[in-house]
Amino acid sequence: MAIGIDKKSVSLSKVAISDTHGEDSPYFAGWKAYDENPYDETSNPSGVIQMGLAENQVSFDLLEDYLEKHSASSNFGSKSSTFRENALFQDYHGLLSFRKAMASFMEQIRGGRAKFNPERVVITAGATAANELLTFILANPGDALLVPTPYYPGFDRDLRWRTGVKIVLVHCDSSNNFQITQEALEAAYADAESQNIKIRGVLITNPSNPLGATIQRQALEKILDFATEKNIHLVSDEIYSGSSFFSDEFVSIAEILEARNYQEAERVHIVYSLSKDLGLPGFRVGTIYSYNDNVVTTARRMSSFTLISSQTQQLLACMLSDKNFTDNYIETNRKRLRKRYQMIVDGLRKAGINCLDGNAGLFCWMNLSPLLEKPTLECELNLWKKILHEVKLNISPGSSCHCSEPGWFRVCFANMSEQTLQVALQRIHNFMERRNSVS
Amino acid sequence: MSQNRPPKKPLPQPEDHPTTTTSTASSGGGGTGMRLIVPLQGIVQGRGGLILGSLIPCALFYFLQFYPKRRRPPSPNPTTTSSSSDLARSASRLNLSTRGSIHVSARGNTIAKPEDSTYYIGLSKVRGDEYDSLENPDGFIQLGLAENRLSLDLIGKWISENLNDSMFGEGNDGLNINGMATYQPFDGLKELKEAIAGFMSRVMGKTQLFDPNQMVLTSGATSALEILCFCLADQGNGLLVPTPYYPGFDRDMRWRTGVELVPVHCRSSDNFMLSVPALDQAYNQARKRGQKIRGVLISNPSNPVGNMLSKDTLYSLVDFAREKNIHIICDEVFAGSTYGNEEFVSMAEVLDSEDFDKDRVHIIYGLSKDLSLPGFRVGVIYSFNENVLAASRKLTRFSSISVPTQRLLIPMIKDERFTQEYISVNRERIRKTHALFVEGLEKMGIECAESKAGLYCWVNMSRLISPYNEKGELELFEKLLDIGKINATPGSACHCIEPGWFRCCFTTLTEADIPVVMERIRKVVDTCNPFCSKHLA
Repeated sequence: MAIGIDKKSVSLSKVAISDTHGEDSPYFAGWKAYDENPYDETSNPSGVIQMGLAENQVSFDLLEDYLEKHSASSNFGSKSSTFRENALFQDYHGLLSFRKAMASFMEQIRGGRAKFNPERVVITAGATAANELLTFILANPGDALLVPTPYYPGFDRDLRWRTGVKIVLVHCDSSNNFQITQEALEAAYADAESQNIKIRGVLITNPSNPLGATIQRQALEKILDFATEKNIHLVSDEIYSGSSFFSDEFVSIAEILEARNYQEAERVHIVYSLSKDLGLPGFRVGTIYSYNDNVVTTARRMSSFTLISSQTQQLLACMLSDKNFTDNYIETNRKRLRKRYQMIVDGLRKAGINCLDGNAGLFCWMNLSPLLEKPTLECELNLWKKILHEVKLNISPGSSCHCSEPGWFRVCFANMSEQTLQVALQRIHNFMERRNSVS
Repeated sequence: MSQNRPPKKPLPQPEDHPTTTTSTASSGGGGTGMRLIVPLQGIVQGRGGLILGSLIPCALFYFLQFYPKRRRPPSPNPTTTSSSSDLARSASRLNLSTRGSIHVSARGNTIAKPEDSTYYIGLSKVRGDEYDSLENPDGFIQLGLAENRLSLDLIGKWISENLNDSMFGEGNDGLNINGMATYQPFDGLKELKEAIAGFMSRVMGKTQLFDPNQMVLTSGATSALEILCFCLADQGNGLLVPTPYYPGFDRDMRWRTGVELVPVHCRSSDNFMLSVPALDQAYNQARKRGQKIRGVLISNPSNPVGNMLSKDTLYSLVDFAREKNIHIICDEVFAGSTYGNEEFVSMAEVLDSEDFDKDRVHIIYGLSKDLSLPGFRVGVIYSFNENVLAASRKLTRFSSISVPTQRLLIPMIKDERFTQEYISVNRERIRKTHALFVEGLEKMGIECAESKAGLYCWVNMSRLISPYNEKGELELFEKLLDIGKINATPGSACHCIEPGWFRCCFTTLTEADIPVVMERIRKVVDTCNPFCSKHLA
């Protein structure tokens, strides 16, 4: 057999060939199954229902309504001077009007319990970029961030891929509703130390994804104390802050800082975005709010790689500073999410399935551990596959969120109509009935 | 990677920005506090030793704090003072250094240090006091930013004539909230890719030169270039870059990637034209040093000189890359901004006509220069390498273009009639302004390099500097700022090996502005003694 001559192919970087992007994991495999056979009420009623995407579509009508009424701000062509300024505006400070609007929107969401200074708002094209940017700034390659489990699967990619930074898991479990404890933090920190891994910060998501629950004030205080004691950073990803079902049940780290008169504030950084609360992921709007001047300056410069288009900034500056709109939106959105949550939790309960007590977010944390033959990862994945292929629901297995207890699943409920949700619940009901009749 | 960095400079203060000088308490009231922090942090962080870590950076630090302060205009924005009091800061904050303040990564520190590139210093000087013929005739004239304002009126006109009042109404297809608000492919809408592929072909005077399936869109050419660097090279690897080059490369390509730029010096005797033998030499020298070279980055048309590469040179470049088995990144962002009679030849064209192994070639494009839309953040990675495309696509999640902006641009860029008109009118205006600018300089005996494209000229002021070195050049840079109130980018910021050259961007000027600029330059020229210079022009 003739030996072929190998053409010298040019090589790519480690980043390019690494699989840290995670797109081969079940989290994303489910999406592929959905893409190949997507549910549609009329044209494909037996297709896969997407319950793995945390997208908020329950309040679209409010957005559409606003945009139609305020079309002048969405199309600045008529005011040519604004257009000209916007076309040229690429300042990484971002439009002041936009930063002011974001700061005030964030204040509104927190019921005025915390104040935000527009000068500390750094703009990025999405929270994904914000988290990565912060990681670049706060940690060197080889360093690590402590992240409580279960967490958003995307963190594995966003925090680690290009940055070279590691994640050290802080294990939480169902014994106390997956709350973060001081012991868990200390244990994780000690574990890292024993392996000579330098911890640079803690990253919490509040309200939590995938738990769908807010972190309690006492826990936040303890986490801040822990970070202070270890002299590390605290990043609080609050992208679901506007999606807490009751305004006063969400406590932001900003409130804790204000109560402490901003002592030790310069280790704290908040990530926010309009993708979840406002249902505008396509707009690519994220921010870093940092109490650390150095981080603000650095993040600003680094944001040159990930700026928001001036046109979008302009549009949102108008929308978010419209107090009538935002007040109504925030309240209505909370109500509707609450209703959805109730619907899904009730429906699941009727099918004999329990969920974690949730009070925020676009998803519920469902407990299917009683269905597992054995409490193992393998059994969880088998169950997940069954649900995907037999029940035709794409839900996210807890293992993709690094949950230490097998059998938990994240189920999104805000990215579909109520009818579709009912269809999904019916399918689950039928599935459970089949199982019970067999056993 | 941090071990290879130069001795770490002390943690800097919040960035000097004319309109936000009082935005943080520490910069406001902490004058003496700031100075105390600086040396202590050098000691506390301990890297680079006491002397390197504290004294030298301190001196540099003080100089840079002092220098811009002299120039800073009074802060026009009063609102920031009230906001700083909202964050009630305790006095203990200023004494953080005694305990060792909170760590920021080495990457963060490199970016955070006060700007030491004259490119950025100059840009920030102008901010807050920019020339306007009516409102601020004594302000700084910005010749340091390659921004094209000559043809914005055409775009404004298109928008007012073509966009319905409601961008989000039923009328426009695809412009409903669902198609705009929900998650879309991170690497750009298919229709926008198609539209841009067509636009790029038109700009380069060809038909169907670009395949939208080989395109990845991202938020700006800055991002496009960084993504390619992440994909093609590992930390510590080198990319060959002919000088003089765009000062932003130093930041954009190295900051987060850890990639190194290896300059390949070009000279005025060749009109700073790239030569493959020079690349070869640089490559070999790098090898001897033990540095792995992963690719070459060329900008064509070049920035800051404005050269266009011939087909032959492009072929030679591909041969060179093949021989060394490295990548080629071709930054073609100024492809539509040509003003000579020569046609621009894209690398895509060269590859099209031959059966080269295309896997090593990647092109960067964007709408910031040719279409004057830097605010919209539209950048393009065009590659023939499926693996690079696959990796880049995934990376665009960190830097996607806002979907409403994409939707706005699709009909505009698809409009062949409009874009054709825009391209030719814009070219004519650039040509005209360029001619007037060069002529004005010639009258003062100042010559420019021969350039065929770009939004700038490469001006030879070496006769005016004394001594004939970087120091002399920086002095002229300062004179231009102080006496002429003009910001022009000195060649040293572009790593030019010959002192005395300056990049002057002329596309922010109207015809009426040009005599004003020339007058200002004359004021500076008059203070220079040409006979001191050892260099003969």
